[in-house]
Amino acid sequence: MKQRIRTFGALALTLALGLALVLAGCEKASEKAPEKVAPSAEGGPKTGELKIGFVYTSPVGEAGYSWAHDQGRKAIEKLPDVKTSFAEAVKDGTDAERVIENMARSGYDLIFTTSFGFMDPTMKVAKDFPKVKFMHCSGFKSAENVSNYFGRIYQARYLTGMVAGLMTKSNIIGYVAAFPIPEVIRGINAFTLGVRSVNPKAQVRVVWTKTWFDPALEKDAAISLLDVNADVIAQHQDSPGPQEAAQQRGKYSIGYNSDMAVFAPKAHLTAAVWNWAPLYEAIVKEVRAGTWTGNRVIWWGMDKGIVDIAPFGPMVPKAVADKVLAQKAEFVKGNDKVFVGPIKDQGGKVKIPDGVKAEDKELLGMTWFVDGVVGSVQ
Amino acid sequence: MGWGAPVVYLCALALSLGLCALMLILAGKPALGGLFMLFRGAFGQGHSLLDALIKAIPIFLCSLGVALCFRMQIWNIGAEGQFALGAVGATWAALTFGTLPGVVLLPQMFLSALVLGALWGLIPAVLRLRLGVNEIISSLMLNYVGILVLEYLVFGAWKDPASFGFPMTSEFPPAALIARIWPGWLGKLHWGLIACPLAGVAYSVFLNRTRLGFELAACGEGERVARYARLPYGFLVLLVMGLGGALSGLAGSIETSATLGRLQPTLMVGYGYTAIVVAWLARLKPWPIAFTAFLLAALRVGVEAMQLELQIPAAFGQIMEGAILLCVLAGQFFLAYSVSLKRPRTGPPAQVAEARP
Repeated sequence: MKQRIRTFGALALTLALGLALVLAGCEKASEKAPEKVAPSAEGGPKTGELKIGFVYTSPVGEAGYSWAHDQGRKAIEKLPDVKTSFAEAVKDGTDAERVIENMARSGYDLIFTTSFGFMDPTMKVAKDFPKVKFMHCSGFKSAENVSNYFGRIYQARYLTGMVAGLMTKSNIIGYVAAFPIPEVIRGINAFTLGVRSVNPKAQVRVVWTKTWFDPALEKDAAISLLDVNADVIAQHQDSPGPQEAAQQRGKYSIGYNSDMAVFAPKAHLTAAVWNWAPLYEAIVKEVRAGTWTGNRVIWWGMDKGIVDIAPFGPMVPKAVADKVLAQKAEFVKGNDKVFVGPIKDQGGKVKIPDGVKAEDKELLGMTWFVDGVVGSVQ
Repeated sequence: MGWGAPVVYLCALALSLGLCALMLILAGKPALGGLFMLFRGAFGQGHSLLDALIKAIPIFLCSLGVALCFRMQIWNIGAEGQFALGAVGATWAALTFGTLPGVVLLPQMFLSALVLGALWGLIPAVLRLRLGVNEIISSLMLNYVGILVLEYLVFGAWKDPASFGFPMTSEFPPAALIARIWPGWLGKLHWGLIACPLAGVAYSVFLNRTRLGFELAACGEGERVARYARLPYGFLVLLVMGLGGALSGLAGSIETSATLGRLQPTLMVGYGYTAIVVAWLARLKPWPIAFTAFLLAALRVGVEAMQLELQIPAAFGQIMEGAILLCVLAGQFFLAYSVSLKRPRTGPPAQVAEARP
């Protein structure tokens, strides 16, 4: 029997290897063929069915970052002649590259890679598939067939910061944060500026978890902040862990990505939320009309409706809500004054001078905290 | 037994596929179509076979490493940690001697990976021989320590300043990358593949054609037997754990250099644990290990394709993997035992499993 297994195994492996070689050859030949017929990526309207793929870093679940992107996907799925699909819980690195490559190879016209960690894999695959259009979210590399997109969620952060500043009694607000990267730092700064605009005595304490989705760890981080007398907990992660911690202690919380009220109805004041549908619909329209181009950075704000705040919880008084909604109306009008000076850093040094509005380039590379944040960017 | 083994394996496979089909139906998806997509995604196209082959390389090497230890009943569960240390070793060489040409740099990387992996494997071996610490526990625990060592370096000293705070080292210089065999035809398949037949043949020769290999098998019968026969038991424990660790370390260095081109925590996707399952399913024999490693790798690739087509949750892939492993392992029961029906004088017929001597 031993001999049999060995022979069987040897045969099977040889067969598989042989098949791999033969099929790799066949496929190479067949891959070339359709390229000649397909219209070029740039220029020319695209008719017929549009196949659009989405790659998510976490499971879609019922809330959070990937869920918000998936809502956008569902919105464009309703458009005529659009077929969408997604791959969830894809890890950065080799897995991401394989998944994106498989999409490109299976005839997807447009691929949204929705997480920073997919930047290098997206660039690698884009090089091999020049006819496929790629949209990478939150990164900084682009190419002829790769554009970047993101949203000015910091505007929503500013508004939620105002809510926190008006609701806190201890004047200590906790902020559970993921990684010390510009995107997260910018959010913390905007939040703190919002807090300080209504409550100059309050401080924002930051704890890093170095995770995007780890419910237990993120909940523990929130508890450590509650232990130092924080009475409002904000977060920059996908899991509702911090919300649950705030509710258990009878304190308040502010969600992120999507409305998290369902996880902590007694604590949840509001949330900074994504609404990707308008941007995804616009991109599909561009591809249809043949006006889509690469090498772009699309960074929309509240005026285009892609970021917003969730409905206020019942514990938020009308006076607070009115004040925040008045500021929201300014953002919707396109009047973005979040990062207008004078803005000082933690050491009291003026980083953005009086009356000057920080440029996007500055915001995208932000690696310092504003005055009022307690914590370090390490 | 004759054809028993293949028949049992095929039945187990069929049963597990049936279970998967049932789950697909429960999820409201087409069962047959789903399995067809799984099959096509795993074996149907050249590139998917190549993807599976690439994924099978680290699994195969780690699996040989643990199988070597299992041969003498040393339960090395630490392939994952040894794999991590191998990656750390290779990265250290790549970052330190990055200016050297590839012919010098790559052997440097492999060497430091082999040494670090072997050292990581030797810790549980020494603990067992000197202090009688159970190597299952110590090697398992060292997995977590190994991954933490990797993360400590990637989050700290080795972090790329241009990575915007993301935990990854800078990209390796081109000389530190294992080249692809034939990019035009074989896609991403890289020269790391060569390590597999080399290690496989060395494993076979060592176990079947050398005195040490024979002694090793004898030690597998039990420590007291081995000591009574005056076999160098302690030396052999150190040898298999060192070699096993070195093989897993080599896998780590190949995976880092050939597929990622930099070190980042996402390197750790559990190959070291899959390797244990593979070694066990393949009953510690090199050809079946190669075959099983390829099958499991193909399953992972196929599940991805299925996810894309059918929009099933990502967790479904793990469920399917579990179902297949469970059925095959349960099927092995029927290789060791035979089932016979006994009709007692009263009452309904009962099914009894009898040990076959």
